[in-house]
Amino acid sequence: MRARMIAVLTAAGLAALLAGCATTTDSEAQSSAGVEDRSAGTKPGAAKPVDPKPVASVDLTASRKDPAAALKDPKSILSQRSIYYDYDKFDVKDEYRPLIEAHAKYLREHPETKILIQGNTDERGSREYNVGLGQRRSDGVKSILVLLGARESQIESVSLGEEKPQVEGSNEEAWSRNRRSDILYSGEF
Amino acid sequence: MFRFKKIRRIQHLPARLSLLLGAALLLCLPAFMPAARAQLSIEITGAGAQRIPIAVVPFAGEASLGPAISAIVRADLERSGLFRGLEVPPLVPHPTEATPVNYSAWRARLADALVLGSVATRPDGRYEVRFRLFDTVKQEPLGGIAYTLSREQARATAHRIADFVYEKLTGERGVFSTRIAYVVKRGERYELQIADADGAGPETALASFEPIISPAWSPDGRRLAYVSFENKKPVVYVHSLTDGKRHVAANFKGSNSAPAWSPDGKRLAVSLSREGGSQIFLVNPDGSGLQRLTSSSAIDTEPRYSPDGKWIYFTSDRGGTPQIYRMGASGGIPQRVTFEGSYNVSPRLSPDGRTLAYIARNAGRFQVALLDLENRQMQIVTDSDRDESPSFAPNGRMILHATVIGGRGVLSAVSADGRVKQRLSATTGDVREPAWGPFIE
Repeated sequence: MRARMIAVLTAAGLAALLAGCATTTDSEAQSSAGVEDRSAGTKPGAAKPVDPKPVASVDLTASRKDPAAALKDPKSILSQRSIYYDYDKFDVKDEYRPLIEAHAKYLREHPETKILIQGNTDERGSREYNVGLGQRRSDGVKSILVLLGARESQIESVSLGEEKPQVEGSNEEAWSRNRRSDILYSGEF
Repeated sequence: MFRFKKIRRIQHLPARLSLLLGAALLLCLPAFMPAARAQLSIEITGAGAQRIPIAVVPFAGEASLGPAISAIVRADLERSGLFRGLEVPPLVPHPTEATPVNYSAWRARLADALVLGSVATRPDGRYEVRFRLFDTVKQEPLGGIAYTLSREQARATAHRIADFVYEKLTGERGVFSTRIAYVVKRGERYELQIADADGAGPETALASFEPIISPAWSPDGRRLAYVSFENKKPVVYVHSLTDGKRHVAANFKGSNSAPAWSPDGKRLAVSLSREGGSQIFLVNPDGSGLQRLTSSSAIDTEPRYSPDGKWIYFTSDRGGTPQIYRMGASGGIPQRVTFEGSYNVSPRLSPDGRTLAYIARNAGRFQVALLDLENRQMQIVTDSDRDESPSFAPNGRMILHATVIGGRGVLSAVSADGRVKQRLSATTGDVREPAWGPFIE
């Protein structure tokens, strides 16, 4: 139920984002016209320019043609694939709930789709123990997805340990980007 | 401080290497560059308190063979930290293993031991190397050997001579003829390499654009088990070094990692997540005969057999922090082995089974620790702070491990008493995941 709401909100947000682009262009044009008007001593808003305006197209049929397009659409929450963790932690923080719920909904609606969840750690400590810690992270994401209705057979959770850092470096900034789970869809692994 | 620099330059790739390269090319890897085979260089950063002064006289005629046999023998012995090589001025006439020894003259040079030898070219184009070892204190010969060899075997022969000298004078087996495996990372490229114990003559067994970790030698030294991430997840492979053939030993759903050979070479202990979590299983090297050993909700990983095959030591965080435990080789209730500190991982048993090496975290520093399993005494033997993957030499005297110096991964070796230290580093790239191979019969 909640997942459905999120999807609706996401679609609304997407439309708002597109509409926002058009509005911005429009208001800039208006305000510059207003300045001209003032210098000319006429009442603001009395004369509106009649330039032709570019049309921002919103296509809600795109995702129907290719449902998987949403997975890569930067405007869709489904394009968000990484969940970040605190040091030595594997619980999913609340801020990532919408992301996980969106992926669970997608998996429910596309039962043929499979995903790979790769758990990762920062570089500190034993490489093999870090494989274990990364596995704990990816297993955690998998169990939430299954609780939200995805099928277990759709999901493989694995660990890359400390071997595939997103950011190189031996500082907290790098480490915090490397403690993560990544979601990969069929065709991406 | 003594620095051992690259002295060998390969004109012709030996047949075995060509095979390995060919296999590697077939397997993964676009753009294999032989230039990446840069050798590790060794730096000795510590020495034993009591070193035997030894004169290794240049072998008569050794220049004909290419690498100087006597220099390799001397470097091997010095690297052990148990010998001090004496400078030998040019001698006329040049003594060989066949000439009478002037013991008092060598005593005057403060030599306790003396190695004399010669190299002769045979009519068939091969070489004959002869040497003899002398105890100058007791004034008696301690034996010698004659070898027939090809030019390519010069370095291996020198290591054999060093092993002979080492064993005669210390009473324990030398490890100069053994090999080490390790992983070099240069940019996006990972290479699993095999080299002599002194870092010379590296050969690439596997090159990949994905990580390779945890190489483990089979007890006969012919195969390596390791973890490769070439399939976007960890999979355990077994790789035959002589023909480059490799096959999957564990590729179940989830992660497959941390391989360890049973002492008889018939089983592999691994950590698998196929049933959830990370748990220890046994599997045959061909991938058959899966058997689960641990049943916990914790991470159970890094299994290692004791040399007698009775126990499996492993890392587990079942008590809240990662600690080392042991259980029977076919399972059973694990007993905790480490208690000090909140992070003790990567257990490795010494060849005599009496000492456990592992990595302990102290105040944020990861260091090599040795635990005497009889009297429970623990000792930190390194002063670096990012140590990983300890590995005993087959005679138990040195522990090879990975560490980070100046932001780069290097290998380091430390003696069991912490006094002797060596460092092996590549001119470029990170070196990590060392595994010291077994004695070669």
